[in-house]
Amino acid sequence: MTTTTAASAESGERTVRKSSPGAARGPRRTGRIKRIGLPYLLLLPALVLELLVHLVPMVIGIVMSFKELTQFYIRDWGTAPWAGFDNYSVSVHFDEPVGEALLHSFFVTIAFTLLSVGLCWLIGTAAAIYMQDNFVGRGVLRALFLVPYALPVYAAVITWVFMFQHDNGLVNHVLHDQLHLTDKPSFWLIGDNSFYALLVVSVWKGWPFAFLIVMAGLQNIPGELYEAAALDGAGVWQQLRRITLPSLRPVNQVLVLVLFLWTFNDFNTPFVLFGRTAPDAADLISVHIYQASFVTWNFGTGSAMSVLLLLFLLVVTGAYLLLTSRGRKTADV
Amino acid sequence: MSSTSTTIRSAGARSATPRSPMAPPRSFLWSRRIFLTLLTGFVLVPVYVMVSSSLKPLADVSGKFRWVPSGLTLRPYIDIWSTVPLARYFVNSLIVAGAATACSVVIAVFSAYAVSRYNFRGKRVFTVTVLSTQMFPGILFLLPLFLIYVNIGNATGIALFGSRGGLILTYLTFSLPFSIWMLIGYFDSVPRDLDEAALVDGCGPLGALFRVVVPAAIPGIVAVAVYAFMTAWGEVLFASVMTNDATRTLAVGLQGYSTLNDVYWNQIMAASLVVSVPVVAGFLLLQRYLVAGLTAGAVK
Amino acid sequence: MRRIRAAAAGAVTISLLTAATACGGGSSSGGSNASPKTLTYWASNQGASIEIDKKVLGPEIAKFEKDTGIKVKLEVVPWTDLLNRILTATTSGQGPDVLNIGNSWSASLQATGALLPWDAKNFAKIGGKDRFVDSVLGSTGAEGKDPAAVPLYSMSYALYYNKKMFADAGIAGPPATWDELIADGKKLSKGGKWGLGAEGSNPAENIHHAFVFAKQHGADFFTADGKADFTSDGVVSAVKQYVDLMAKDKIIAPGNAEYAQNQSVSDFAKGKNAMLLWQSAVANLKSQGMSEDAYGIAPVPVQSGAPGTGTNVNSMVAGINVAVFKNSKNLDGATKFVKFLTSDAEQKILNEAYTTIPPIKTAQTDTAFNSPSNAVIKDTLAKSAASLPQVADESQFETAVGTAIKGLFADAAGGRAVTTASVKAALEKAQQQMPKK
Repeated sequence: MTTTTAASAESGERTVRKSSPGAARGPRRTGRIKRIGLPYLLLLPALVLELLVHLVPMVIGIVMSFKELTQFYIRDWGTAPWAGFDNYSVSVHFDEPVGEALLHSFFVTIAFTLLSVGLCWLIGTAAAIYMQDNFVGRGVLRALFLVPYALPVYAAVITWVFMFQHDNGLVNHVLHDQLHLTDKPSFWLIGDNSFYALLVVSVWKGWPFAFLIVMAGLQNIPGELYEAAALDGAGVWQQLRRITLPSLRPVNQVLVLVLFLWTFNDFNTPFVLFGRTAPDAADLISVHIYQASFVTWNFGTGSAMSVLLLLFLLVVTGAYLLLTSRGRKTADV
Repeated sequence: MSSTSTTIRSAGARSATPRSPMAPPRSFLWSRRIFLTLLTGFVLVPVYVMVSSSLKPLADVSGKFRWVPSGLTLRPYIDIWSTVPLARYFVNSLIVAGAATACSVVIAVFSAYAVSRYNFRGKRVFTVTVLSTQMFPGILFLLPLFLIYVNIGNATGIALFGSRGGLILTYLTFSLPFSIWMLIGYFDSVPRDLDEAALVDGCGPLGALFRVVVPAAIPGIVAVAVYAFMTAWGEVLFASVMTNDATRTLAVGLQGYSTLNDVYWNQIMAASLVVSVPVVAGFLLLQRYLVAGLTAGAVK
Repeated sequence: MRRIRAAAAGAVTISLLTAATACGGGSSSGGSNASPKTLTYWASNQGASIEIDKKVLGPEIAKFEKDTGIKVKLEVVPWTDLLNRILTATTSGQGPDVLNIGNSWSASLQATGALLPWDAKNFAKIGGKDRFVDSVLGSTGAEGKDPAAVPLYSMSYALYYNKKMFADAGIAGPPATWDELIADGKKLSKGGKWGLGAEGSNPAENIHHAFVFAKQHGADFFTADGKADFTSDGVVSAVKQYVDLMAKDKIIAPGNAEYAQNQSVSDFAKGKNAMLLWQSAVANLKSQGMSEDAYGIAPVPVQSGAPGTGTNVNSMVAGINVAVFKNSKNLDGATKFVKFLTSDAEQKILNEAYTTIPPIKTAQTDTAFNSPSNAVIKDTLAKSAASLPQVADESQFETAVGTAIKGLFADAAGGRAVTTASVKAALEKAQQQMPKK
């Protein structure tokens, strides 16, 4: 702290604002170096950690995907033979079982993600808009709505497992015993319904996040806009269409992307809900890859699948950012 | 996220924007009533199940579901501590999540300050890279990361694998990208005139950061801290591979209740509740900050 | 821009270097005696809970510590984590010194080369190979190779039946063949009660039963040279016969299709199921309040005749093995600890506590193991139990086929037809997921 103070005293009435290198060029070299060095210094911890925990492991993961890493070699990776693109070709041969299963899992994940993100967004936005005005009990309701999001994943999902049991679960008790909607109790944790079970849990857990973000977004809409619209005679529904929704666009852009990435990569929910082997109908790709690597001990193929997944997400994210930022100037990030 | 710096938003104190001077029409009110009632039901049912089941005798939870317990008992809350070493897991989780949160927030503050206040080469590369780590499938770097920790341990003697330290390091990077990104937005909304004034007063850049920018950005920082804490508190995958009996965290430790000969659902629910209460309470206490922090930070 | 490129290049270099060192993985030599005073022991979860295991093992380990001066760090690892933990330990070379493994994993783990082979010299250190019961030694690794582990606790499947429910239904004694079991089961399956329990969502349980049914159909899941062969007629009818207990015979409650956490044992204890096929349920049933005279124990049924070898096999050789991690820094101590665990005195104490059978000939004769239930299990182990395939791909097989059967149970429970064709298709898919070599 003392050195920087000295430096700034030396450089006099320095301005921090957007110190473009050209503007700051001056005779005081040390000050300049410090000034240019400082941002890097500030970024250093984050950079080192991201490198250590994300980027370097990712590079190793990519290396792994080119090796034949089965149980015979995991003890000494150096001896694992290079597999070239074998792991990849196994993964993308969609007419063979491994590739077919991966493709199936991919489509399940896409369908699940789209539905989950869509519902989370819809419920979250609707709730936020309905709760824009003050009414009695609004604060309590808002706190209540945030509970599913605040619950630790394990605690939340295990409660749903309890409710989804075939014999003793609440869901069947209500649907079958009390409402008589089904002629016999349904299975939720195995078989085809497991997809809906997963979706319900995911939406239950995820919509409050959308609610939170949209609520924050709504607060940034200037009240004058509504006043002006009201003077023009626009009703609530028209205001909603003309002011609220368009103003939320930038918020939605980020929200949907973040929700998409989180939902797509979600491992905890299906893992706690179904255990190590998910039913076919709810075979999300993260669990599928986990099974491909840890349960069958083939880490090379598992890595190749992860790399493919990463590529897909890169493309989707890139395309999404390009499409949504058109017409809107993204300053940074 | 331009730095218009027109007003200092005391975001925390702001209440709802009055939308319309007119009273909303009936259709709006009715649809609101119906929607919010249904939603409340959807949200509350699992919470009710968790609370009521944790107070039920074992016979109730291992038989047909019943809305009203046949009797109330606190037995599960006593038993949970002895069936698995819940207290130890609790302490582990507190240490891991607490430390990860503290480190993550400090590091995010530094990074966000650099990005918000300076123009430098590689700024865009940095933000894009850090944000893009959000899309890495955890499964891709689980095993490599584990190997790196082991190798660092072998080379330097710093035990990262199996220790709380390794977990702290991992978790703090999980929340870092989102935290940095949110804080950049928040810092941008803190007027530059403020830190310039501080600089004129003889503070260094760091002085300006800690005396001016950070105090003005408290809601954003609280929001980030809550997020980081929750991320660390609930993570399952890495914790299941990187911990041992001594360092196991709650999220993994809770599974101990269902690998027994019998599934003690009442104890599972009681333990889940005990584990959830601190986070949920903290979250709800801080939610005002959270909304305010998001308002100024993330969604601008 | 240059600086970014330089930084990027630096990062890549660092990554590659790390990758290179990482590839060193756990390749460090073959263990040593560098730290002769400490040992780490990973025990599998044998008792009703991990805490109970600690209470059982704690005093015994104290004895060993007192005798040898070696400090033993005990960790009881839940079954859900055990294989993962062993895998990561293998990958990194950082693991326990001594560990328990499910005996069916022996060959798979043997293939990783992470476990100390038990050659004649090592066996001599723990009192010789001939102390162990022969049938149990078959589940310690691939044939023709030195065992990767030594047996610690033995079990076999038996048929547990509820005496009162049998009497109420007018059934004289336990069924000896599947036809009898189905007939009895149909009498018992009424009024919300069911004939038999099953763990339909537990791949390992499914495998154990499918394996026995396959044997009874004269089929194997692997060819003699270790290739996966899941679609032979024998295997298909075996799997179908098992799933049909729910699908066609309807003596298993559909709800059992989603059981994976021993709920069928609880159901049996509560009188919801009249019969249960289980390994050693005595301690478990007792902890759930079912007294030992409320149920009887009989051998698992066969197709016809009496249990024996060949197509009259009626159980797998179930059990836990103990292995030494090759990278141990205290090989001598680890061997001493295995010797201690397999000593007559300890075998008696531990197997009694866990209601298992000692795999040691001299310990097995102890009167403690002569109860009716142990008699059935001992008899099965000696005469009519077979080892699961001891091939390197065994754990993949358990997952692939076990999961396929889980899916078939889900079909049966959901009311979808389970036909020879659908069983065959499921097994075909499982087979193609197996490693090609």
